[in-house]
Amino acid sequence: MRYIEPHAHMVSRTTDDYQAMVIAGCKAVCEPAFWAGFDRSSVNGFYDYFCQLTDYEPKRAAKFGLPHFSWLCINPKEAEDLVLSREVIAMIPDFLGRDNVLGIGEIGLNKNSRNELTILEEHVNLAAENNQLILVHTPHLEDKLKGTQLIVDLIKNDSRIDPGRVLIDHVEEHTVKYVMDAGMWGGLTLYPESKCTSPRAIDILEAYGADRLWMNSACDWGVSVPLAVPYAAQEMRRRGYDDETVDQVFFQNPVKFLSQCENFTVRG
Amino acid sequence: MLTPKEKQNSVELYFMEARAKLIDIAAFMDRIEKDGLTDDFRYQAFLDALKELETGNRAENVLLALSDPTKEPITSATTKAACGAWPDKPR
Repeated sequence: MRYIEPHAHMVSRTTDDYQAMVIAGCKAVCEPAFWAGFDRSSVNGFYDYFCQLTDYEPKRAAKFGLPHFSWLCINPKEAEDLVLSREVIAMIPDFLGRDNVLGIGEIGLNKNSRNELTILEEHVNLAAENNQLILVHTPHLEDKLKGTQLIVDLIKNDSRIDPGRVLIDHVEEHTVKYVMDAGMWGGLTLYPESKCTSPRAIDILEAYGADRLWMNSACDWGVSVPLAVPYAAQEMRRRGYDDETVDQVFFQNPVKFLSQCENFTVRG
Repeated sequence: MLTPKEKQNSVELYFMEARAKLIDIAAFMDRIEKDGLTDDFRYQAFLDALKELETGNRAENVLLALSDPTKEPITSATTKAACGAWPDKPR
């Protein structure tokens, strides 16, 4: 099979993971900027991280023949600090011209605070001013319902943003309809303990169709599975789906969304 | 909206997995009771969510039962982590 991994934090993963993904059929990996597990002490930490995402990590991936793309932002877990957040946002345009940058992400909310919303709005403005795709992280667990609604409403209220250029990630059964009804794309994240299992993700596809949904592993430094996407493809086959449908969900869909950025190219 | 070409029997595919998870839930409840922790708000939310198994759209309703239903942003974030149940749910 062939597939795209549209959301993976490869800076946290090993070379063995790259090797396994390529052997499983991965044709491109996309890496959103995220929280390091600790708060960075200054804007310089983000400068180094953005260099890693746009220079070092693509070279590491290339050693395995895997095209690597990235998204840039300050993540919502660090957005409570407005001063630092604005310093980071001011620096992002300097990186938008780099070859592997897909857009602004993963922005969004974590605890649904006023400061997080302020920084989300400033990120959306940055995307609008620079005609960038948007990738959104929705909050965890009990905060997801409220956060998803706040995020979708905020983006819908900005008439400069085409909803078809926005992907709202980590949707589940109680949030997917709100995203689909807004005309945006949704991401189904396959985690062992939270977010979605493969059977639940396929249930959601069966209920809402595959037109604007993709699946990702969002593998990082926590409990996560870098091969979750091909495992989900295998689960679809177990349910009786044919190769064409599997290819649509795991390759054609992400290619369709990501190709709205001219930096994204992939060999089938 | 999306259906397989050759639909399989869902009971055949998923019964054993669901059975194992059901027994794990039962054992979890026994453990919490044995340890005297049934007053924990997360466990109370868990019990509330179990009632949703009697409804339709069970997965969605269980998630809703565990969610913060309010609409307004909070004043400020005092923690980064989520705990899986809404702490302010009325008892």
